[in-house]
Amino acid sequence: MSPLSETGILGPAGVLLTAPLIGFAFGWFLERGGLGDARKLAGQFYFTDLTVFKVLFSALLTAMLGAFWLDRFGLLDLELVYLPETFVLPQAAGGVLFGAGFLVGGLCPGTSCVAAAAGRIDGLGIIGGMLLGVAGFNAAFDWIAPFYDSTALGAVTFTDMAGISRGAGVALVTAIALAGFAVASRLERQRP
Amino acid sequence: MISDARGRKPAARYTDPYLAGIGIGLVLLAAYVLVGRGLGASGAFASVVATGTAAVQGTARAAAAPATAPYLQQGLSSLLGDWLVLELAGVVAGGFLSAWMAGRTRRGIVHGPRIDGRQRLYAAVSGGVLMGFGAKLARGCTSGQALTGGALLSTGSWIFIAACFATGYALAPAARRLWR
Repeated sequence: MSPLSETGILGPAGVLLTAPLIGFAFGWFLERGGLGDARKLAGQFYFTDLTVFKVLFSALLTAMLGAFWLDRFGLLDLELVYLPETFVLPQAAGGVLFGAGFLVGGLCPGTSCVAAAAGRIDGLGIIGGMLLGVAGFNAAFDWIAPFYDSTALGAVTFTDMAGISRGAGVALVTAIALAGFAVASRLERQRP
Repeated sequence: MISDARGRKPAARYTDPYLAGIGIGLVLLAAYVLVGRGLGASGAFASVVATGTAAVQGTARAAAAPATAPYLQQGLSSLLGDWLVLELAGVVAGGFLSAWMAGRTRRGIVHGPRIDGRQRLYAAVSGGVLMGFGAKLARGCTSGQALTGGALLSTGSWIFIAACFATGYALAPAARRLWR
């Protein structure tokens, strides 16, 4: 039964030890997939390179289906896995700002670290900008806090909210992702 | 193009994106199973900023401020016991080893054909500022919110994914000069 951290098999030191190992594997696969290259990532927004979509959604699908079936077979208790809380308007506004920054910067926070590790100075630029942006947020926190804490729905899934089963939600996301993969390969074949 | 890149032997080809994605998905699944949480990146930046603020302002003041308090529960040493900070250090190490083994480590600035390296750095810092602020507001980034929360079907994660990509595509024509 897992998560191992919650069932007592992995103590606090063990939990900390997993962090660099999991991060190492994450960074390895990001770089292998080409996600340390800003032009490749930005190509997503011009339909010239769909690597971001393919990597993000194949990763999401793998983890979603794996977690769903491990939970079904009693090997993982999804109730014990941390589910991020939903704050509708701050997350929508945060997504808008983040999307604009992703387009202008060409790398996201994780991939900027991979780019910087491979020697790309623009990756370091993103890292510096991120630190400034977070510091700016903190400096303005008193003013932002009412909005930041608004429209709170708690830790909730869209399947709970829609009143459908988790399995139906998993099937829906899977179908949308597979349709997206088909569209992506068609777009690539049309490219000169 | 990469400014400053001197002719060296061509780098290895990238792994198929679907295979790389399945690899990341299995890493995320391992995180759920081992530690009951997912991947992240922007949270580590928030820890670094909080620690830096505490070093400048004094720990007592920063640990009492609501914006930085959650990252300073063990004072300045919180940073070394922070799961996301250690994870992101691993990301840097893994990214470096992969790039080095593939012959892709190279000092330079990656930019579009119509701008120079300096303009690219201005854009990179600006984009970073927007993402840093946006990720704080959204309580996560592409790793912690889109990927980790998305795979758990979190409502807010899917709101973030939709808002992020809709904005990217809506503004892409205006930012064309940066990349195309």
